[in-house]
Amino acid sequence: MWLADVFFYLFAVLAVASGAMVIMAKNPVHAVLFLILAFFNAAGLFVLLGAEFLAMLLVIVYVGAVAVLFLFVVMMLDVDFAELRAGFIKNAPLGLLIAGIVLAELIMVLGFRLVKPTTLAKATVPISTVAGIDNTTALGRVIYTQYAYYFEAAGLILFVAMIGAIVLTLRHKEGVRRQSIAAQVARNPKTAMEVVKVPSGGFTVPDKVVDNKPKEKVGA
Amino acid sequence: MQKLLAEYLPLIVFLGVGLFIGLALLVAPFIVAYSKPDPEKVSAYECGFAAFDDARMKFDVRFYLVAILFIIFDLEVAFLFPWAAAFKEAGLYGFWAMMTFLGVLTIGFIYEWKKGALEWD
Amino acid sequence: MMQFLNSIAPMWPELVVAVGALVLTLWGVFRPDNDREAEVVSWLAILVLGVAGWLILSQPAAGSSLFGGAFIDDGFGRFMKILALGASAAAILLSIDDFRDHKVLKFEYPVLILLATAGMMMMISAGDLLSLYLGLELQSLSLYVVAAFRRDDVRSSEAGLKYFVLGALSSGMLLYGASLVYGFTGATSFAQIAQVAKGANAMANVGLVFGLVFLLVGIAFKISAVPFHMWTPDVYQGAPTPVTAFFSAAPKVAAIALLVRVVTSAFPGIAGQWQQIVAFLAIASMLLGAFAAIGQTNIKRLLAYSSIANVGFALVPLVTNTKEGVQGVLIYMAIYVVMTLGAFACVIAMRREEGSVEEIDELAGLAERNGPMAAALAALMFSLAGIPPLAGFWAKFYAFMPAIKSGYYILSVIGVLASVVGAYYYLRIVKVMYFDKPAKAFLPVRVKVGFVISVSAIFVLLFVIAPSPLVNAASTAAASFRY
Repeated sequence: MWLADVFFYLFAVLAVASGAMVIMAKNPVHAVLFLILAFFNAAGLFVLLGAEFLAMLLVIVYVGAVAVLFLFVVMMLDVDFAELRAGFIKNAPLGLLIAGIVLAELIMVLGFRLVKPTTLAKATVPISTVAGIDNTTALGRVIYTQYAYYFEAAGLILFVAMIGAIVLTLRHKEGVRRQSIAAQVARNPKTAMEVVKVPSGGFTVPDKVVDNKPKEKVGA
Repeated sequence: MQKLLAEYLPLIVFLGVGLFIGLALLVAPFIVAYSKPDPEKVSAYECGFAAFDDARMKFDVRFYLVAILFIIFDLEVAFLFPWAAAFKEAGLYGFWAMMTFLGVLTIGFIYEWKKGALEWD
Repeated sequence: MMQFLNSIAPMWPELVVAVGALVLTLWGVFRPDNDREAEVVSWLAILVLGVAGWLILSQPAAGSSLFGGAFIDDGFGRFMKILALGASAAAILLSIDDFRDHKVLKFEYPVLILLATAGMMMMISAGDLLSLYLGLELQSLSLYVVAAFRRDDVRSSEAGLKYFVLGALSSGMLLYGASLVYGFTGATSFAQIAQVAKGANAMANVGLVFGLVFLLVGIAFKISAVPFHMWTPDVYQGAPTPVTAFFSAAPKVAAIALLVRVVTSAFPGIAGQWQQIVAFLAIASMLLGAFAAIGQTNIKRLLAYSSIANVGFALVPLVTNTKEGVQGVLIYMAIYVVMTLGAFACVIAMRREEGSVEEIDELAGLAERNGPMAAALAALMFSLAGIPPLAGFWAKFYAFMPAIKSGYYILSVIGVLASVVGAYYYLRIVKVMYFDKPAKAFLPVRVKVGFVISVSAIFVLLFVIAPSPLVNAASTAAASFRY
C-alpha cells in the first residue's frame, strides 16, 4: 500500500515542519496559522490510522474553536514579541538542554520498544477492527454505557468551564439601557401615556418621562 | 484498513484538482499579468489618509467570553456524533446518559442566560 | 430508576455534591444578586457537604467498586473524603465574611468549591487512569477560577494565571505519563496495571518506569512537593486568604490520597522504583520548606513554605510501602488539615479598618491586644513545630515511626532535623506575638472565623487526651490496601 505510505510521510513532514514554523514564525498570527496547518496534518494522520472521529474532532474543536481562541489571545494581549524573543535567545541553552533530555528519553523508550518485539506486538493500533463497524460507532457503543461515569464527569468539567469563564470575565457596563422586549410588549396606553394638565403660561414635566428607567436593575 | 483508505480516494482526487486550479489561478497572474508597482500604488489605502496604525489591535475580553462559551457547546456537540452513530446499541442507558449530560450543560446555559453573558452590554 | 440509583449507592456522596452544585447554581441565579442571598447559598453548600459526609459515614462497612473498577469505595477513600469535605466546608465558612469585606461575595464561590470537592472525591476514589485524570481536572479547573476570584485585584489574577499555566503543564505531564503506562501495560485500570507491572521484567521496563515517573511528576505538582513547588508561594500569597486556606487543605488531601492509591494499588510490583522518587520528594520538600521559610516576612508565604514542608513529612511514611506507612500518612494529613485551617483562619482574622494585613510584624504584641487569638495561634504554631504533647507532635510521631521501623534511618533523621529548623520560624511568630512592642490592634474576630480558630486550637491541645478514635480510624482505613 504505497499510497498510504506516501500520505503518511506527507502529513508527518508537514506536521513537523509547521510545528517548527509555529515557534519560528516572527509574526504571532502566522504562528497560529501554522498551528492550524499542524492540526490539519495531525487530522490526516488520524484518518490514516482509521480514527476518523478523532480526525473530525481535531478539525471541529481544534481548528474551528481552539485556534480561533488562540488568535483572540494573541491579539488581545499587548505583548511585545520582539522583547519576548530576546529572552528566548538568553534562555535557549537551558531550553535546548531540556529538549535534549526529553529527546533522549523518547529515544530510550522507543529504542526499548524496538529491541523487544514482544512489547511491540502488544502495542498495536488500538482501534477496533471488527468488520462493519466504523470508528465512530465503536466509540459511541462504549462512551455512553461502559464509560458513562467519565462522560458525566466530562459534562461537569464543561460546566465548571462555563461558570469559570463568566465569573472571571463577565462585567456589564453601568448605566446601559438594554432593550426589554417583554416590557415593551406589555405596555398599554395606561402605563405608556399620561395626560398632563399644563397651566397656562407655565410648564410641567410628566413623571414618566423623567423616570422611564427599566424596572429591573441594569447589570444585575 | 485498505477499504477505509480506498473510500478516501475520491476525496484525494477532489483535493488534487482543487489544489491545481487554486494554484494555477494564483500563479498565473505572476507570469501573465502586467505589473509595475511603485510605493504609492502598493501602500494601504485608507480614505486618502496615511494608515494611522497597525490593523491589529487589542480588543475587548468579551469576545473571548463569547468564544469560550462557543467552544464549550462545540465540545458538547462533538459528543453527540458518536451517540447518534451508536444510538441503537447504546440503548436506554446510553440515552439517559446523554440526557444527564445535556441536562448539566442546560443548567450551565440557563446560568449564562440569566447572568446576561449572551447579551453584548 | 430507583433500581439504578440503588446500584450506584456507593457513589451517592459524590452524586449529592455534584447535584447540589447544579441545584445551587440554579438557586443562585434565580434569586436576587446580593450579599444575603450569596450567604444563604454558602450555608446551603455547607449543608450539602454535611449530607455527603453523613452518607459516607452511613455506607456499609464493606468496600465495593463501580463502573468496572473506575470508582472505588473503601475505608481509605472514606477517611480521605471526610477530611476533604470537612476542609471544603471550613473554606466556605471562612470565606463568607472575608469576601463580604472585599465585595466579592458571590454565590459562584460555594458552587465552585462544591464542584472542586466533587472532583476531589473522584480523585480519592479513582481506580483507573481515566477517572484519575477527570477528577483531577474537575478539581483543578475549579481551583484556577477561585484563585483568581478577586478578579479586580492584580495579585489574585496573577495567582490564578500562574496556577493555571503551571497546573496545565503538570496535567500535561500526568497525561503523558498515563499514556506511557497505558502503552506499556495495555490497561488503564489500576488493578490490571498492577497485574502487568510486576516481577523483574516490569522493573526493567524503561517505558513503564518513565510513565510512572511522569505520573508522579504530575501529582507532585498538585501536592506542591519540591522540586515542583515553585507556584505555591506566589499562588498562596496572591489568592484571597480563604481560598489559600482551602488550597492548603482539601486539594492536598485529595492529591495525597491519589498518590497513595496510585502507588499502592497500581504499582506495588515495582515499589522499588517509586519508593526512590517519593523518598526524594519527601527529603527535598522537608528541607526546602524548612529553610526557605526562614526569610519570609509575609505570613501567607511563610505558611505556603510550611505546607510544602508538611507535604514532605506526610510522604515520609509512604516510602515504607507498609500498612503502618499508609496509616501514618492518614494521621498526618488529618492533623495537618486541622492545623493549617486554624492557622489560615488566624490570618483571615488579621484585619484593620484599612483592610487585611499579611505581614508577620503586624502580629507584634498580639498577646496584649487579643489574648485568646494569640494563645490559639501560639498553640497552632507550637503544634506545627511539632512540640509535644500537641497534635502536631503526634502527627510527626506516627509519620516517622513506620520509617524507623522499616529501617529508613537517614530519611527519619533528615525529617527530624528539618522539623527542628522549621520550629525556628514557627516559634518566631510566637515570639513576635508575645515579646514585641504591640502594634495597632486588629478588629474583633468574627464569629465564623473565631469558631474555626477555636475548634482547631482545641483539637491540637486536646488531641493527646483521646488520640485513639483518629488512630483507629486511620488504621481501619489503611487496611483497605493489601500488603
